[in-house]
Amino acid sequence: MPEAAIDRPGPDGSANGESSLPESRQSGNSQSGSLQALLSKSPQEARQPAEALSPQLDASRIVLETCNLSMVFGGLVALDQVDFRVERQSITSLIGPNGAGKTTFFNCLTGIYPPTRGEVILTAADGSEIRLKGLPPDRITKLGLARTFQNIRLFNNLTVLENVLIGRHCRMKAGLLGALLRDRRTRAEEREAADFAYELLVAYGLDRSVNDLAKNLPYGDQRRLEIIRALATGPQVLLLDEPAAGLNISETRELRELIETVREREKVSILLIEHDMSLVMTVSHKVYVMDYGRLIAQGPPDEIRREPKVVKAYLGEE
Amino acid sequence: MTSTPLRPFARRLWTETKAAALAALWISLLAFPLMILKINNLTGALDPQWSRLPKLAVAVFLGAYLWRFLLRRRSFSAVSKVVAEAGGPPPAGPRPTWVDLIMKTRRRKPLLGLVLAALLVLPFFASPYVVNVMITALIYVTLGLGLNIVVGVSGLLNLGYVAFYAMGAYVYALLGHYFGLGFWLCLPLGALSATVMGLLLGLPIIRLNGDYLAIVTLSFGEIMRLVLTNLGVTRGPRGIPNIKPPGFFGVDLNGAPKAFLMRTVDLSPAMDLNKILIYLIILALVALTVVCVFRLENSRLGRACLALREDEVACQAMGVNRTRAKLTAFALGSTWAGLAGVVFASQITFINPSSFTFMQSVMILSIVVLGGMGSIPGVIIGAVVLILLPEQLRFFSNYRMLIFGALMVMMMIFRPGGLIQSAREVYRHQPAGGGSNDGSSRAADGDTGHRPEKQAERRPAHA
Repeated sequence: MPEAAIDRPGPDGSANGESSLPESRQSGNSQSGSLQALLSKSPQEARQPAEALSPQLDASRIVLETCNLSMVFGGLVALDQVDFRVERQSITSLIGPNGAGKTTFFNCLTGIYPPTRGEVILTAADGSEIRLKGLPPDRITKLGLARTFQNIRLFNNLTVLENVLIGRHCRMKAGLLGALLRDRRTRAEEREAADFAYELLVAYGLDRSVNDLAKNLPYGDQRRLEIIRALATGPQVLLLDEPAAGLNISETRELRELIETVREREKVSILLIEHDMSLVMTVSHKVYVMDYGRLIAQGPPDEIRREPKVVKAYLGEE
Repeated sequence: MTSTPLRPFARRLWTETKAAALAALWISLLAFPLMILKINNLTGALDPQWSRLPKLAVAVFLGAYLWRFLLRRRSFSAVSKVVAEAGGPPPAGPRPTWVDLIMKTRRRKPLLGLVLAALLVLPFFASPYVVNVMITALIYVTLGLGLNIVVGVSGLLNLGYVAFYAMGAYVYALLGHYFGLGFWLCLPLGALSATVMGLLLGLPIIRLNGDYLAIVTLSFGEIMRLVLTNLGVTRGPRGIPNIKPPGFFGVDLNGAPKAFLMRTVDLSPAMDLNKILIYLIILALVALTVVCVFRLENSRLGRACLALREDEVACQAMGVNRTRAKLTAFALGSTWAGLAGVVFASQITFINPSSFTFMQSVMILSIVVLGGMGSIPGVIIGAVVLILLPEQLRFFSNYRMLIFGALMVMMMIFRPGGLIQSAREVYRHQPAGGGSNDGSSRAADGDTGHRPEKQAERRPAHA
């Protein structure tokens, strides 16, 4: 894509060069999900990772981009000309009131809905650009977009390991013949995949439940497993649809650490839909705000917090 | 409140008695026209059998008591499980039943070998009738295992499975009838044509799910039967007679070899060597099927099918090609129906469309459901129970369907996962130290060279 077409996240100059997050995410009172609470925060509490990371981010590092993406269901315009960019190894959040079209946007990206108009462009690791529009979901996953679901959609009657192995499916090759003959190559592949899956589970702390059925996991672990399963597909961009929904304060804190670990360990970009503002504001490098299918604001979290349009969309007008 | 411990007990006893009495009354009413009102065959007059009424009522009363007691026990165990899950350590699975104990025994392999050996020598000592029944049972085991791929593993409700069974049978019958092709050539041909038909049917219905898929497949089964009934080439309801039994390297075993054996080892003339051969063939097919289905279930493809059953959207989002997974499952299931069909035709030597009715599909589905969806030993036991039991209960034959129905109801209430619930493989990570081969031993079925640790332990999937 042309360099000029990219609007850079405002360079805010305060390059303190830290790659890890400041200590601002400890307090219990910042856990409140409401924007109101965040608006009234003291400045030092509202420090964000964007300040830390934006100097390293630059325009040529865009990994996922949508141009003019629209989705129309009959007469309902669910997405209206959405221009969206995700930079490589950044955490980008998409917020908005209920029914704003966030999940529809995810579904358009991942091919569950074919977008009505517009383009979705993924930049592969080698720099080539791939148009995702119109591809089936499994192809898109193989190209490097993996997602989780708002309502957990695990394979309930399979074990934790098997759940992760299915995530590995698109990176494996064995076909019917391999399955029936179980030749050396198939066995090696199976073993490799199982080890890979197990290592992922170890890395993200689920290895003790490796043989449990997914449905028997506690809720927080199910959320975690969904993320691990998505990671097993070897994605470039990880799409998380409300991962903190239903989690309590400490679980949300663990999730935040998980998201940051994932970004660093797997070198993926993360696109996050979330209602928990404390999570969004502390973890994101850039935030997009959507309302009625339209992007109404974008920028680093602290700008978004002050943006009148956002406040209006969430709280209504006085 | 001054309630003695006896009070609640008395109250419960009263409710239970009330419920049982109600059930007795209800059944008496229901069964009244069936069991009480009888026509005297000689005079043609109504001859009500009143003496049966109290017997029936008492039997139902006692039965209801037992029934409610079992139900209560079941709900208690369910509650205690929920409580156990709510706090404390994760549950170690449900209480093992006798079936689980057999499955988990460490001597599973020798046990299996013993059973197999017994099955191998059985036809040489058993009567031709027993051999025939066993062939039927083994055909249904194959059918059940094949349908299990479609219904149990992939969750595609196929009510027209009998169509593929018919395909195999008719391919053999027709090719034999018109072109004189033999069993051994027709076995792969029958399987192949069933596979192709599975693919052809699978393509248009790949988008359908659940009820809709069931309706389409049900209709397909009926279409197949009607086509076979009305087509000239299949000779309609007259069917195809004189289907040849399989030859043993081109030799009819009931000819010269039998005569020779009767002379030398005093073979009983009643012994049907062809049937024994068919028995051995179907036994080998069952063994092959078990190995194939087991390997499939624990392969990349099988996992994709399992994922498809669990959640189609998530499965696609994880990079599984839905179309391919569904088609594969559908076509593979059909293949085994085709194989079983060829053997079936050679067993009964005469086929017509009435062998392939919807009831057959229901029977095979019942085998899968009763045995345990997705569980190989379950399906085997289900087939044996559903085929052999009616044979054993011939004197009961009037009530066969009644018993069958009651059995299904009981199963769904007390063991909804089937007789032997499907279990997932257990992964045991080998701690590093063995170099690059440190890793997993996903339990294999005895064919792998590299298998550091064999896992016999399996866990029920429908806990």
